Amino acid sequence: MIVGQRKPFDEIKSYVDGCQRILVLGCGTCVAVCMAGGEKEVQILASQLRIAFKEEGKDVQVDEETILRQCDREYFDTLKDRVDKYDVVISMACGAGVQLAAELFPHRVVVPALNTTFIGIAEKEGVWSEKCRACSNCLLAETGGICPITICPKGLVNGPCGGTNHGKCEVDKNKDCAWTLIYRRLEGQGRLEKIREIHPPKNYKVQTTPATIWHAAYREEEA
Amino acid sequence: MPIPFAEALRTKEFVVTAEIGPPKGVDIDEMLHHIDLLKDKVDALNVTDNQSSVMRIGSLPVCKLIKEAGGEPILQMTCRDRNRLALQSELLGAYVLGIRNVLALTGDYITVGDHPEAKPVFDIDSVLLVKLIKQLEQGRDFAGNELKGAPKFCVGAIVTPEADPIEPQLLKFEKKIKAGAEFIQTQAIYDLDNFKKFMRYARKFNVKILAGIVLLASAGMARFMNANVPGIFVPQPLIDELASAPKGKALEKGIEIAGRMIKQIREEKICDGVHIMAIGREHLVPEILSAAGM
Repeated sequence: MIVGQRKPFDEIKSYVDGCQRILVLGCGTCVAVCMAGGEKEVQILASQLRIAFKEEGKDVQVDEETILRQCDREYFDTLKDRVDKYDVVISMACGAGVQLAAELFPHRVVVPALNTTFIGIAEKEGVWSEKCRACSNCLLAETGGICPITICPKGLVNGPCGGTNHGKCEVDKNKDCAWTLIYRRLEGQGRLEKIREIHPPKNYKVQTTPATIWHAAYREEEA
Repeated sequence: MPIPFAEALRTKEFVVTAEIGPPKGVDIDEMLHHIDLLKDKVDALNVTDNQSSVMRIGSLPVCKLIKEAGGEPILQMTCRDRNRLALQSELLGAYVLGIRNVLALTGDYITVGDHPEAKPVFDIDSVLLVKLIKQLEQGRDFAGNELKGAPKFCVGAIVTPEADPIEPQLLKFEKKIKAGAEFIQTQAIYDLDNFKKFMRYARKFNVKILAGIVLLASAGMARFMNANVPGIFVPQPLIDELASAPKGKALEKGIEIAGRMIKQIREEKICDGVHIMAIGREHLVPEILSAAGM
């Protein structure tokens, strides 16, 4: 899933200072699961804003709403007629959701409440870790199911750098060296031949942004 | 005039290289003095490339200054700051300036240096950089396009014989040789018994190996490196020896230790030469060499 982290309160508030009517808009999917931008976090941010404005003696209306997904147009339908009432929409979605909200409400200011951080997994309650860089060129079949593009800060494809020590990374001693993990896993599976050959350079051409994907069944619409 | 480094590797029984670290700023007087002091005492001088991810004068212009001073430079090139276009154009530029030796490295990560917010590049890695250089030599760029005139380099790479675990490092070492590396300069080594074990393995490959010698300035420095520098292991007896030196004499002891190691490597023909990294004490390299009886 997409993992995000809420921005500091002061930064979010600085985006909406001077506004009279604010909508805090949550997203009920990825960022709800990672406890950053779902219904609960909408309640918390809206309450914080109300308290802060009240302390400043300002009469500001702060409303709350959470839709199932901010990366899908259809879920915005219920908001279409209401959104004009607001000066600003604080989107608590990932960067994709914020942009769709801004696209759908071009006459309203839409600002983000999160920093979108990575595609990752839940390690345990309240802990997530990055697993995928969405590089459009998946190597996991060759690297024992461990992604060197993501787990190695240098994204190396031909083995570890000289900075690794005791299986840890030169960038952060608390993090595992991707290539030590890959070596050990393939060794355990008797598949080291997978990484003995020189791997070709990464192909950044497939990453040309912004990418668009058409499902095969819908292909004719592209024409 | 020095002989080309490739020829030194081919013909000399024991090859010695040292290292020049360009300064941060345009005052190059001290560096020029070091170049002058060392150029005739060693077979080639490596020039570091934004060493430890700290911004300095680039490796290429300093290699050119070494050429002009009558020395033989080795251009160190990391993959940290340049994509494949920049690496290739700099290599072609180096060749036309008369630089014939390149050491290919991946490079330290950006955040360990003095511009931690900069964008790390790492478009390719050290193995692919060796391959890229060999491809330029074939008259083709890395995308396969024809060159108008091909360069010819003596290409080196590095290895860390004390890495723990060693197996993933050796896998990469073998890839570097397969890609075409002609010489290998090692990370600092201090335990010659361990190093001999590494050399028994490395001798299977057609590549010249220069043992990395880092000058120990004190017992504290040795302990610091053991705790903080990946792939460096200073055995306790050496630390004790440095600690036992009279006050103010630890550096002299360090020179003696470095000289003694070089002497043993040379006399026992453990490998093909040494690469001396004096790290800010380049002026002491001649003393290290005389302590080694050279």
